[in-house]
Amino acid sequence: MPRVLVLVAQRIALGCLLLLTISILIFAGTEILPGDVAEAILGRTATPENLENLRRELGLNEPTYVRYFQWLCGMFQGDLGSALSSGADISEAVGYRLKNTLFLAAFASVLSIPLAILLGLIAVRYKNRFFDKLISALTLAAISLPEFFIGYVLILLFGVQLAWLPTVSIVGEDMSIGQRLTVTILPGVTLSLVVLAHMMRMTRAAILNVIEAAYIETAELKGLGKFSVIYKHALPNALSPIVNVVTLNMAYLIVGVVVVEVVFVYPGMGQYFVDHVAKRDVPVVQACGLIFAAIYILLNLVADIISILSNPRLAHPK
Amino acid sequence: MHIWGISPGAFFGLLFCSGIVLSAIFAPLITPYGEAEIVGGVWEPISQKHWLGTDNLGRDLLSRIIYGARTTLTIAAAATLVSFTLGAALGMIAAEAGGFVDQFMSRCVDLLMSIPTLIFALVVLSVMPGTILTLILVMGILDSTRVYRLARAVAVDIRVMDYVEAAKLRGEGRAWIILHEILPNAISTLIAEFGLRFIFMVLFLSALSFLGLGIQPPEADWGGMVKENKAGIVFGIPAALAPAAMIAMLAISVNLIADWILNRTSSLRGKSADA
Amino acid sequence: MPEYLLEIRNLQVSVPDMRGNHQLPGAVIVRDVSASLEKGKVLGLIGESGAGKSTIGLSSLGYGRGRVTITGGEIILNGRNILHQDRAGLNAMRGKEVCYVAQSAAAGFNPSKRLIDQTIEATLKHKLMSRREAIARAKDIYRALSLPEADRIGDRYPHQVSGGQLQRVMTAMALCSNPDLIIFDEPTTALDVTTQIDVLASIKAVIKRFGVAAIYITHDLAVVAQIADQIMVLKDGCMVEIGTTRQVIEAPREKYTKALLSIRSIEHEEQAPDDDPILQLENVTASYGSTPTVLNEVSCELSRGQTLALVGESGSGKSTLARVVTGLLAPDTGVVSFNGQPLSALIAQRSKDELRRIQMINQMADTAMNPRHTVRKIIARPIQFYFGKQGSALSQEVELLIEKIGLETDQADRYPAELSGGQRQRVCIARALAARPDVIICDEVTSALDPLVGDEIIRLLLNLQKEESIAFLFITHDLATVKSIADSVAVMHKGKLVRYGVKSKVLSPPFDDYTDLLLSSIPEMTPGWLETILANRKMEAAGH
Repeated sequence: MPRVLVLVAQRIALGCLLLLTISILIFAGTEILPGDVAEAILGRTATPENLENLRRELGLNEPTYVRYFQWLCGMFQGDLGSALSSGADISEAVGYRLKNTLFLAAFASVLSIPLAILLGLIAVRYKNRFFDKLISALTLAAISLPEFFIGYVLILLFGVQLAWLPTVSIVGEDMSIGQRLTVTILPGVTLSLVVLAHMMRMTRAAILNVIEAAYIETAELKGLGKFSVIYKHALPNALSPIVNVVTLNMAYLIVGVVVVEVVFVYPGMGQYFVDHVAKRDVPVVQACGLIFAAIYILLNLVADIISILSNPRLAHPK
Repeated sequence: MHIWGISPGAFFGLLFCSGIVLSAIFAPLITPYGEAEIVGGVWEPISQKHWLGTDNLGRDLLSRIIYGARTTLTIAAAATLVSFTLGAALGMIAAEAGGFVDQFMSRCVDLLMSIPTLIFALVVLSVMPGTILTLILVMGILDSTRVYRLARAVAVDIRVMDYVEAAKLRGEGRAWIILHEILPNAISTLIAEFGLRFIFMVLFLSALSFLGLGIQPPEADWGGMVKENKAGIVFGIPAALAPAAMIAMLAISVNLIADWILNRTSSLRGKSADA
Repeated sequence: MPEYLLEIRNLQVSVPDMRGNHQLPGAVIVRDVSASLEKGKVLGLIGESGAGKSTIGLSSLGYGRGRVTITGGEIILNGRNILHQDRAGLNAMRGKEVCYVAQSAAAGFNPSKRLIDQTIEATLKHKLMSRREAIARAKDIYRALSLPEADRIGDRYPHQVSGGQLQRVMTAMALCSNPDLIIFDEPTTALDVTTQIDVLASIKAVIKRFGVAAIYITHDLAVVAQIADQIMVLKDGCMVEIGTTRQVIEAPREKYTKALLSIRSIEHEEQAPDDDPILQLENVTASYGSTPTVLNEVSCELSRGQTLALVGESGSGKSTLARVVTGLLAPDTGVVSFNGQPLSALIAQRSKDELRRIQMINQMADTAMNPRHTVRKIIARPIQFYFGKQGSALSQEVELLIEKIGLETDQADRYPAELSGGQRQRVCIARALAARPDVIICDEVTSALDPLVGDEIIRLLLNLQKEESIAFLFITHDLATVKSIADSVAVMHKGKLVRYGVKSKVLSPPFDDYTDLLLSSIPEMTPGWLETILANRKMEAAGH
């Protein structure tokens, strides 16, 4: 088997192993809670008898590892159990919210990725000149701004002062795509701004790294035009680091979603997650934590695989 | 351009940071009103009496921001200290020990870093008692992974330098090598990193408080104050923006200082490369 | 008047600062350089680092790296002034009339494209041939450069071929579009000496066969003597002298040229080894972890106050041997004895006195010293550490050492970054001397320095040896240096000692195959040496 495939297979296996370990960690972490779920449900009304009954009902008398495997199997089959606080089915709630969150993340990506690459290219083009310095100063500011600051400034400006856009982003199942996009604009822009600076900075570094390589000089000294040098020599080598940057930042974006959703009261995974952390609703926290971790690991895995596949040394071994 | 050899950006940063720190220390002396004292109507606008207006319960916003600086800075600093001590110690031990110890610790850190810090913190906070100590420990331990990586990289990097090898060949003890050979070369990176970690903690703590999982009211802290006043935003009342802006300004200031320190170091190195 | 292909008149090149100011002191890096080159001839540019050789070479393509700009003079190629060309005009000339061969072929090739595509790219761009014709021509040139598997090597990627081969492919890339002029920028500097001679020979062969003119840039006068018709000697961006190869080599006019010519001509009378060696290696075998052995059953001796030179190419295991002697690496088997007593394998087990008596000087002086310590602190530490001296006694001894190595005492409070390369290496020598050692291990101490500076370091070391009777274990890849410093020589190849004995014996026939190859590959100044040596090798090969 070619070495590339072996490496990719290794990475995937490693990713699976990682996810499994994380699931153990999350499960074990939430087990250290003093008392158990039964006590949490019954609260002050608990008596030894009804506690015992409930424990039997919920299978809490089983050893921890048995419950872990039951939980894990449930996860794989899409059965996430039910919430303690409301008794509602978690899978159902998560399914709807995950869709919303992914929509928001996709919206922010579509907005930020081309912009980040474009700005990165411009910064390289005018390296060390005014524009480059301006961009890097703005980047510094953007890295320092908390998500809620950006969010509330935007709401105040476009939602309240100008009243162009809604101040809260409540989406419903029956909304048309146009309505949906309108309410997603502000949270989407906020989220884009949060990752934009990082992505641009990394893109700039990735492109500079290629542009300053000796083979670019070789190409220029062959008499190739500026466009050919970039298109034929710089781009093929810069593409994979840029794709890598983009994927890594999408992983980062998934985290930014949590705060942004709360700011805009957007009904997504982040909001749902935070609400249930406050309520100490363990089954929901476990499920959400695992889903966030899985998305994050998956995106990092994709970034890894892309850089393996695009490395000429691995693609064409000696 | 430069003031006392400091770049204008870093100068502004230092000025702002010392201002904040001083007012936090002397908060009871300089604040016009008490931390939780209700002194006016809800969300009063900026006036001579209340320089920044009042908050959602009619407390003076400026006074709360100054008291909030106390809480926010102290907890962030404590968490940074935990993260730095733990991360730097373990990182250097790993680099020095090598072999299995290094492998094991590095894999554990990889594992912790494979989930975003905020997500991990949320999971842990859902089961831990909501005390300030928990908060400091959770933030400190989760963030120590980053310090660990940096410290280990710096130590490994410098350990293989020829001049450290020369000291070993001379027969120097470990303490001398660390104090005289490694530390002078790593110190500015470490200081800058300390600043960056600290500001990350401020942002992290504020995010947690904003989500209602950090400092609990009535104690003032900047992230929590944003949460308290966020309902006013939709009515065009910018009270929530004042503490948010403080966080942003502090973060920018520290970043400017760290940038300056790092640039200064790399330009020193650059000079040695040219000569 | 002959028709010149290239004429450079009063060339001036500068590096303006960030704001585009050319007038700053030190901004001019090349001044008032003139030369002319006929069709099919080779001009050699020679000088030490910072002499402006590469800058002049690249100027002939109308190119400056970074902010480097041509600020005066004329460069006329095929009757047109390059400096009057716009970008399109330059692009029409580059790759068609004039091509460039870079020092590091490994970095000069695009890692993600096949060699053949890069070879014919310029030819296709300038629409000189069809793709099929270009490929056929490229393969023809590969063959002329005696590349193995000339028909298929083009299908490979840069990382799949060796350094010497890559350098030849780059030459082919320059030749493919049939230019009038090629700039060779130190094409053999990064190669091992035995590879260098092959690459040099094939470059010379194709220059002749394709009748192309060339500017050949190098710091090695012996190399340029083999290939150039004319030589220009440069120093600090100024022309020292220019003349035919024979004239410059045999009758140099300027003092600087004479100095360059006398490089590595230091004579050192060999001493016979005594019976009581200070350092002795017996059947030492070493490896890094599970990798195959880097050092295989090596035995040799170093006599008191003498020099044992350890010679070999990269990967021969000579630096590993130094690590074993110093105690940085424990040998798998075998014994290192010092002063008749076996040494412990690792530093931690050796006594302070044992450590003091074996000192080391590294190849890279700038990384061997802590950048945050002053010269004074660097030299004082061993005295403090081993002899416990303090205060005025200490500073007196430090100043004595600084004078001994030829620096000024007012340089004591400088940082290493504020010294030149040669001065830094001197400080490292002082640091080693400060311990009053019996043995100093010198690991390629001159190879990062310009040849003239390197020679002065060798002279310094020889003087110190005479005064303090220190023994040197001198590790080098350069056989010429060996001649000027060694008493005994050990030749290493792939971790084994292939030849060992006193200098006069090791360096005179009959040779074993490897030593013969190594010795005969060192370029000599005599014009025509390359042809002679290649003819000899051919005859030997036929004779076998």
